[in-house]
Amino acid sequence: MKTAYIQLQRYILLLVAVLALGACSTAPEQQGDAIIEPSFSADTVLDNDLTYLSDGISDPWEGFNRSMYRFNYRFDKYLFLPVVNGYKTITPDFLEKGIHNFFLNLGDINTFFNSILQLNGTKTVQTTGRFLVNTTAGLLGFIDVATMVDIPKHNEDFGQTLGYWGVNNGPYLVLPLLGPSNVRDGVGRGVDWAAYTAVIDELEMKDGEEWALTIMQAIDSRANVGFRYYETGTPFEYDWVKLLYTTKRKMDIEK
Amino acid sequence: MLRISAFLLAVIWLSPGWASADAYDYPIDNKFLATVVGTPPSYRAELPKKIPLRHRSITIFGDRKVPEPFFFDAKLRYSQALQKGSAPLVFLIAGTGAAYNGAKNVDMARAFYQAGFHVISISSPTYMNFIVAASRSGVPGHTVEDAEDIYRVMERIWGKLEDRIEVTDFYVTGYSLGGLNAAFVTWLDETKQVFNFRKALLINPPVRLYSSISLLDRMLDNIPGGIDNFPQFYDRLVKQLTRVYKNADTVDIGEDFLYKAFEAVNPDTEELAALIGVSFRISSANMTYTTDLMTDFGYIKPKNITMTKNSSPSVYNKVAHRLSFTDYYHVYFYPFQKAKNPSLTRSQLINDMSLSSIEDYLRGAEKIEVMHNLDDIILEPGEIDFFPRVFGDRAKIYPRGGHLGNMDFRDNVTHMVNVFSK
Repeated sequence: MKTAYIQLQRYILLLVAVLALGACSTAPEQQGDAIIEPSFSADTVLDNDLTYLSDGISDPWEGFNRSMYRFNYRFDKYLFLPVVNGYKTITPDFLEKGIHNFFLNLGDINTFFNSILQLNGTKTVQTTGRFLVNTTAGLLGFIDVATMVDIPKHNEDFGQTLGYWGVNNGPYLVLPLLGPSNVRDGVGRGVDWAAYTAVIDELEMKDGEEWALTIMQAIDSRANVGFRYYETGTPFEYDWVKLLYTTKRKMDIEK
Repeated sequence: MLRISAFLLAVIWLSPGWASADAYDYPIDNKFLATVVGTPPSYRAELPKKIPLRHRSITIFGDRKVPEPFFFDAKLRYSQALQKGSAPLVFLIAGTGAAYNGAKNVDMARAFYQAGFHVISISSPTYMNFIVAASRSGVPGHTVEDAEDIYRVMERIWGKLEDRIEVTDFYVTGYSLGGLNAAFVTWLDETKQVFNFRKALLINPPVRLYSSISLLDRMLDNIPGGIDNFPQFYDRLVKQLTRVYKNADTVDIGEDFLYKAFEAVNPDTEELAALIGVSFRISSANMTYTTDLMTDFGYIKPKNITMTKNSSPSVYNKVAHRLSFTDYYHVYFYPFQKAKNPSLTRSQLINDMSLSSIEDYLRGAEKIEVMHNLDDIILEPGEIDFFPRVFGDRAKIYPRGGHLGNMDFRDNVTHMVNVFSK
């Protein structure tokens, strides 16, 4: 439990430090005093009485977020993806699948807690069932027996729990390494991580082993996401990711 | 208003395609539905799941100044799937706004690789990365200039490969705008003679670019209340998706889920047309903003504003999505071309940007074949007749499939490969 507490403290400190840096400007550079009118300007094309698709999403830290988005791209390109690709090359497909199942099963720990916090009996029972079946018959989760016997999989985290109880997104936030998020979900991730670490602590693994598990988990989760930064073919990728992330989270909370 | 019952769609989806000798079994009659959903899995050609597809990138212009926000696009990305021994090589050109590694190109790569070809995939000249890294003018949409850009890219890529692989013959194909590009690339090759393409295949190309973009622009009118109500349209779509998602067994929103959601939501023809219009508008907005930054034309972004890495383009994003492809054509593309050629008239430019501008060449070019659909939504009524009239037997016109909906259908894939193998 102590490690969990320290982890949570560190995480919150990191979040605060990160936001303190959030003063990067998003203003473009202007040459000369007067703006040369373009063929189609916002004044002539846009209508103040209309709402536009991304209007509802607050993003006061856009400058910081854009910097972090670029940082994540570089981290992905020069370190993360090469490691992930190496992992995929040397690991036989069945083992890769098994490892993925293993981590999905561990992920049910958070789904379990959050299903309780959302007072959802069905999800709590089904998730408990999944975890028990997969941890035993599924050989620590490597085989997803629960799905074979039709116990539905759920995915609940603390961000969704907060959303369930009516907490709003808060401003959009691009987290270092973790990617798109918002204040609510960022806090949620911290809480989930603390709860998860508290459970893992009970296994009394050595520090090195815990680290290995965390790194392996990161590699596995990246290996299962097809998204590649700056390869969507749109100069508005940042805005699209923001919109789609926010939409997806809204759907997750309702599910 | 035609509403296709979810039940019928599900039946079509799940039943095996019962093949008969000569009838064309592609199962979707509604051209908009075909365009959006493509070919149901059980009707698709069997293709290898894994081929040695490698992603590469290449510098095309050593002295290119890339705008700061586009720093990641300085090199042109493409892919190659190479055979072990000597083999014919086919270049694939993607359609409007599409990447070298879009689903359609990847499926074509699978088919041609399986048939024994080296395969090189190239993005559309209207794709952001291509405009930034490989378009000489930075202004896409000109049939001849685009062909020159593509040809240059092909030469550079071939330059990297010629010492490593053995090639018997060269081929080129492309779908949609890529089909039009393939025609002009083949035409250009007659003078440049670097590849001496043995065959070219144009898949669902437009006849006249301007007609097709006008048709696609107008599809946005199918949004209830017009584009002003796009946020409401989006919200409604998300609500419908959420309803399916809540009851789904899955927690992933992947291809499988989207197919299921599609069956459940059961969109009508207007909604389908609106979706096609939205998708085209997004491609068009991406393209126009990219080219605006490349040339500082002052189309959306004022000329004397320079975007830095952190500059927010959110306002330009909104403006770009309110402008049509025809706006781009008249307010940006035409003045840009006219500056180079002062006697150029609007209608002349429109006529030049078409297959008919090289009709005489195409009529005699035995090496060029066409694959098209009678109900393609990017053609005006009667435009389809251009193909049998000009290409004769070299034009294969299928009775249905909409725009590219039948590209993965077994008969079409077989035909595609046969054109190059015979």
